[in-house]
Amino acid sequence: MEERLHLDPQKINRGREAARKIAEGVDQFIAPLTTVAVERTVARLFGIDGIDDEYVPLPNRVVDHLLEKGGLGRGVAPWLIQAMMHEEQDAQTIAERVAQGELDLTKVPTRSDEEISRFGKQIADQQLDRIAQNRKKRDEYLATLGEGKKPYLYVIVATGDIYEDAVQARSAARQGADIIAVIRSTGQSLIDYVPYGATREGFGGTYATQENFRIMRQALDEVGEEEGRYIRLCNYCSGLCMPEIAVMGALERLDVMLNDALYGILFRDINMQRTLIDQAFSRMINSYAGIIINTGEDNYLTTADAVEAAHTVLASQFINEQIALLSGLPEEQMGLGHAFEMSPELEDGFLLELAQAQMARQIFPDAPLKYMPPTKHMTGNIFKGHIQDTLFNLISVMTGQGIQLLGMMTEAMHTPHIHDRQLAIENAQYVFNNARNLGQEIQFRPGGKIEKRAQEVLDEAVQLLEDVQETGFFEAIHRGTFADVKRALDGGKGLVGVIRKSVDYYNPMEQELRKRLQLPSREEVSHGYRSY
Amino acid sequence: MATDLTRVKPYGDTMNDGVMQLSFSMPAPYGEEAKEAARQLVMKMGLTEPQIYHMKDLGEGYTYFIVYGKCEHHVDYTTIQVPKVESQVMSFYDINHYIEEHIGRKVVVVGACTGTDAHTVGIDAIMNMKGYNGEYGLERYPWVDAYNLGSQVENDVLLAKALELQADVLLVSQIVTQKGVHITNLTELVELLEAEGLRDRFLLICGGPRISHELALELGFDAGFGPGSLAPHVASYFSQEIAKRVEK
Repeated sequence: MEERLHLDPQKINRGREAARKIAEGVDQFIAPLTTVAVERTVARLFGIDGIDDEYVPLPNRVVDHLLEKGGLGRGVAPWLIQAMMHEEQDAQTIAERVAQGELDLTKVPTRSDEEISRFGKQIADQQLDRIAQNRKKRDEYLATLGEGKKPYLYVIVATGDIYEDAVQARSAARQGADIIAVIRSTGQSLIDYVPYGATREGFGGTYATQENFRIMRQALDEVGEEEGRYIRLCNYCSGLCMPEIAVMGALERLDVMLNDALYGILFRDINMQRTLIDQAFSRMINSYAGIIINTGEDNYLTTADAVEAAHTVLASQFINEQIALLSGLPEEQMGLGHAFEMSPELEDGFLLELAQAQMARQIFPDAPLKYMPPTKHMTGNIFKGHIQDTLFNLISVMTGQGIQLLGMMTEAMHTPHIHDRQLAIENAQYVFNNARNLGQEIQFRPGGKIEKRAQEVLDEAVQLLEDVQETGFFEAIHRGTFADVKRALDGGKGLVGVIRKSVDYYNPMEQELRKRLQLPSREEVSHGYRSY
Repeated sequence: MATDLTRVKPYGDTMNDGVMQLSFSMPAPYGEEAKEAARQLVMKMGLTEPQIYHMKDLGEGYTYFIVYGKCEHHVDYTTIQVPKVESQVMSFYDINHYIEEHIGRKVVVVGACTGTDAHTVGIDAIMNMKGYNGEYGLERYPWVDAYNLGSQVENDVLLAKALELQADVLLVSQIVTQKGVHITNLTELVELLEAEGLRDRFLLICGGPRISHELALELGFDAGFGPGSLAPHVASYFSQEIAKRVEK
């Protein structure tokens, strides 16, 4: 990417280096810990699915059973393997018997570590091959059908009824949408299980379930084949079930996932230990499945001022990048977030937005940046809102953003109506096409407002990152560094689900994922940190 | 040209032309039949001479229309009465001065976004130190003790906290309104307070994009604040209302 803004590469390196150390500190902190959600994810990868008579998912039943018996520190895998070997049954049958109270996993005869890991590796290979197969299928679709040009047009559907969502999604795809996100029912992020089956009622969105993923995937494949363009499916791999959603998405070939622990910490008050552990595993899964993650920095600007807090967005992007790298996620799958959220009343606000977008583009050249539309300053004046969205689209095409979450003129009023989406797509298509190569034709005046602004934001971000490295990431969050929101290490939801690993902890899925992602093993990582 | 306020109708560019613009979609496949369907529908709405200026195929058997027509109806403006928050809006300084003088102690305000609603923009705009649109939030008011409980607060949790903090005012924000969930949440709070015999203990205020003072009264709240309301609107109201109660 051509350098349009004169940003000091040394400064960028300093920021990245500070972020790397912050990320390693986090990774070191979470290494000896696991969570109920991680273990449920392993259970799901063993093939456990379905619910009991009271609609409790079987992965929850198995993990809760081990938690109750005090065996979860070892991980769910060794217990399941021992039972599968001894009973000569598959994991699903074992789980059903546990749920019925017929089987106590901690009472099954033990096996040697060697036997367990041989069996575990087999299952991990089998299941990860399935995910690899899905990835291959996506690549085939992309090769045969092709895809829309970047910035991808991203719209949401949110009727609460998955079948109605499917109709709206197909309609949006026919109009030109490249990515369809199914907004989750409000509050799902805070429930500690994943609902089961197709769902037809939700508030402000539709529950994320594996069956709903499958229904939507099928709808988008059908319409994609008819329209001759691969349509990507997006959901929300966030909240208390982060890695479980990741694995469900990997199994049903989702393409994009919101996946950001910081978002959960700040905006859903989820305990930071819990969600950072969950995130590390979920990002390995997303990475391996070829899923683009979206991070939530844009949300900072809904609570903090977009001009004053611009550097916190950049600092967080640096941290998110480095944390993602530790999970083996390549830059090409990092949809780092930012947003067009400055007040429309601001003189030269457009210049500041342009500076921010171009700066992010240059600092993260290979990341498909996720650019979020105006929301905070949308008023209900739909005509003005449509113009705000137009300016947002113009900046996006000028600066080569990756994923354009389309602004809706009815933002702040209601979930999008079917024609709101059409008008938004029409707006973006018009601007993108009409100004496709504008960015190539312009240079920013050296020492001008745009360049100066970008340099200031970078300076402040580097300063902030070095401060955070000094004080520690957890303490920085505690002090309200991001989004003006303060959270404590032991506060928030989900802390009870954090478990210390015992010495014989075994997670064949993580082991195999690390191998396939060419990441060092947990043991090697921990050893590496001790060296400095 | 004199307007007859007893017979008011929409205005385009000539008095009483009744011109209105509409845009909507119908689950009807794009084509001449869809166009005629839209035309007939608009006529049934009381609009004559409907003009379908734009239509667009949304796929999946849906069509979008932009339509103009002339409204046949009129309303009598002179007989309309709308309940309004009657307090006089004061400035940040005047409000604090007013509380000091008329109440003589800090007013305790507990705010939350209740139910499953996770959108804190509204409550934050009113309560957070920084406020919104150049107006400080309640946390900045020296004569207000403001507690923002954030989002997804259950009504019983809000009530427990309000009792613990000896709140004077409960501020409830509701942003998500799909399928009337805001009404359910708000009604539940009033019912809870009434069941506990605590309804008169607090000044009960709600706010949000679909909230009006009229709706708030209907639901059993003391006041409601709609879009565009800022901290001074809310604080002017509760300080004057509490003063009134104190002075009684």
